[in-house]
Amino acid sequence: MSDPKIEGFELEKGFKGMAQDTGSDQTMFKGVHWGKAMMWIFLLSDTFVFSCFLIAYMKGRASTPEEWPNPSEVFALDAFGVPVPLLLIALMTFVLITSSGTMALAVKYGYERNRKMCGYLILATALGGLTFVGMQAYEWSKLIHEGVRPWENPFGAAQFGSFFFMITGFHGTHVSIGVIFLFIYCYKVFAGHYDEGKRGWFTKMKGDYVEVEILGLYWHFVDLVWVFIFAFFYLW
Amino acid sequence: MSDEYENKSGYQAQSSETIHAQSSEAITGGGSGITPDMDYVRPAELPEQDLYHPHSFIEKWVFCQDAKVIGVQYFLTAVFTGVVGLILSWLMRLQLGFPGLAGFITAEHYYQFVTMHGMIMVVYFLTALFLGGFGNYLIPLMVGARDMVFPYVNMLSFWMFFVAVVVLMASFFVPGGPTGAGWTLYPPQTILEGTPGHGWGILLMLISLSLFVIGFTMGGLNYMITILQARTRGMTLMRMPLTVWGIFTATVLAMLAFPALLVSSIMMTLDKLLGTSFFMPTILKAGEVLEYGGGSPILFQHLFWFFGHPEVYIVALPAFGIVSDLISVHARKNIFGYRMMVWAIVGIGALSFFVWAHHMYVSGMNPWFGFFFASTTLIIAVPTAMKVYNWILTLWRGNIRINTVMLWCLGFIVTFVNGGITGIFLGNVSVDVPLSDTYFVVAHFHMVMGIAPLMVIMGAIYHWFPLVAGKMLDEKLGKWHFWITFLGAYSIYFPMHYLGFIGVPRRYYEMYDSPYMTSGVGLNEFISTAAFIVGAAQLFLVFNIIKTMKTGKKAEQNPWKANSLEWYTSTVPPEHGNFGDRLPVVHRWPYDYNVPGAEQDYLPQTAAPSEVAHTEVEKT
Repeated sequence: MSDPKIEGFELEKGFKGMAQDTGSDQTMFKGVHWGKAMMWIFLLSDTFVFSCFLIAYMKGRASTPEEWPNPSEVFALDAFGVPVPLLLIALMTFVLITSSGTMALAVKYGYERNRKMCGYLILATALGGLTFVGMQAYEWSKLIHEGVRPWENPFGAAQFGSFFFMITGFHGTHVSIGVIFLFIYCYKVFAGHYDEGKRGWFTKMKGDYVEVEILGLYWHFVDLVWVFIFAFFYLW
Repeated sequence: MSDEYENKSGYQAQSSETIHAQSSEAITGGGSGITPDMDYVRPAELPEQDLYHPHSFIEKWVFCQDAKVIGVQYFLTAVFTGVVGLILSWLMRLQLGFPGLAGFITAEHYYQFVTMHGMIMVVYFLTALFLGGFGNYLIPLMVGARDMVFPYVNMLSFWMFFVAVVVLMASFFVPGGPTGAGWTLYPPQTILEGTPGHGWGILLMLISLSLFVIGFTMGGLNYMITILQARTRGMTLMRMPLTVWGIFTATVLAMLAFPALLVSSIMMTLDKLLGTSFFMPTILKAGEVLEYGGGSPILFQHLFWFFGHPEVYIVALPAFGIVSDLISVHARKNIFGYRMMVWAIVGIGALSFFVWAHHMYVSGMNPWFGFFFASTTLIIAVPTAMKVYNWILTLWRGNIRINTVMLWCLGFIVTFVNGGITGIFLGNVSVDVPLSDTYFVVAHFHMVMGIAPLMVIMGAIYHWFPLVAGKMLDEKLGKWHFWITFLGAYSIYFPMHYLGFIGVPRRYYEMYDSPYMTSGVGLNEFISTAAFIVGAAQLFLVFNIIKTMKTGKKAEQNPWKANSLEWYTSTVPPEHGNFGDRLPVVHRWPYDYNVPGAEQDYLPQTAAPSEVAHTEVEKT
């Protein structure tokens, strides 16, 4: 993100420039749209939410007296009669990370005013997200069939089910909200709202392609959080 | 990607003049003669804000997007909860001072009053009042913005808070009543039978807290980004009034601390509803093992206090900021050590995340943790003491107006120092352990985060009422209000320190015939009587406001002769958009009072350097 050009004003390099930026008037993050800054701060706050969840999980797992279930058995999927550990989860992760890629491209095409490509890529992202949520629903129903409940499970400590459903559920809610917004934005891109600067339905603010980037930030964040959940639940 | 802005109309509208690469700081200050460059301010970086003006009554007064209206809505809702909290405290004092006099107060009721009083006062009253009320009203005005950056979400923030309050109040009317688990909601007792309100009450409390956090997040994002990204030309961070610094830092704390509250609320809701055991250990009840098992109650305490301690500073920092401004204006003197004050606010904010376990000394922990948390706790006393010295040095040789606002500020300094010193007692593990469950703690936290911030709120009401309503509050009634409240509050909380030293335990419904009570009975009656009087004395303010609105003197623009931007709006009270056609341009900090050589004893932030070239104004 470059500084809006102010004649004769050169930002100094490195720490000095940062201090100069921070201390100057009007804006602290030069040239950054307020909506983007707002999304970053929200994501920082949301990071604390997920950190609290994951730290609670670590503490809960460390302090429960019963044995923790073995993830590579519990999460295994039968492929052609052979139980393959982490198969489903590998697919889910792959789909989600790919959708992050399509989202990044959508942002690029949006700024290039390439309405069609931007719209299709947002649609692809939304479908990726939807696939992820669908696979998660499948995983949940499989575990529920095997007797895993939030309050008990046949494999070991009851907290396993509690934390698993709570944290993946909370993350899945994030993905679902993202998918809903992706579909809305997809419509708005195709309808040309961002090219015309049409006002939002509720917010009454002029549309701009920066909104696509803002939603993109959220989407990448949701993916990043998944990487941590993946590591802590499936690999530990 | 710099084209983000360039397509917007109005951007760089004012940048066509010739611009020289010179920071505005380099040329402020007198003595060098008037040059055309002297008043230079960097050109606008931001387009004019695109405001949505209301079209109907509902859009103007109910679902309003104007931060000033939202601020007033927050303020009134918070005051309503505060009145509920006050009445609950009266009922508690009635029971403690005169046991058995009010037969309808059972032990269960008493616990419910304690719980609801604590939660209401800390979260729904003080936090919402300072950040939602004063934050919304003052931030855009003080930084020279037309509104918050995202007014729609700001509106949602208030209505989410409103729903949270409705849910909380609904818990008074559900079967079993509100929760009586103590405001800290410690599991496992919170959700087990035997605790009042263990069914609906606790559930509504947890839901209400979650809604509060969600609503606050929406508002907090607005406060932060408006301060960081939407200031007016010339308003650098180090020229912001300390009020804005206090509210800003408190908002940062809230954005990072409330997640812990949200997570603990969600987990306890699941414990209650689905029978998970996040916080529930194996429990024997009447010889039978309950369904719960394997969870960790200490985990809840950590999560709760990771929220709970920053929460103290979420309440205190805006109070610090506001009181600094009030003292400076009414002592007609610049704030002593402005930069030190800013860094103290930021430092206190940062440190507040490393002290939470001092609330848990009696929960049992590794002694080294106690050592660590005692150290960090006592380190916080350093920036806090700096602030107190600076307030006093601001007053020193100032041209002090002893009006109502100043009285509240002085009251704040006294109560805050008092509460702060008892904090040093309680921050030490070995002193805390015997005092922890006594009235000493009650006295400490009411002094430091109850009465002290309340003094600031009152001062702020008397100070900013002319801006909000356009009329001056009555001074005489204000002074009565102050003296009764101040002396009364001391009569309530000062004796409680003594009760704590003789060992009277807190949160007890009645003392019965315990040995404490030989010297405690009379004292308790005295405290209760004072509490009734102080609560009733708040009617002075209500009466004052009614009287002022009816017959009060109309306020002139800027009645206190203050410098900060909120007094330089196009109309009083300010209308939507705040500043009329042109946003103000800022040339200095808001504390230029009694500058040698100046015609008046104050220089507004908008006074250009060329206007004051003959004065000895300092570089700011």
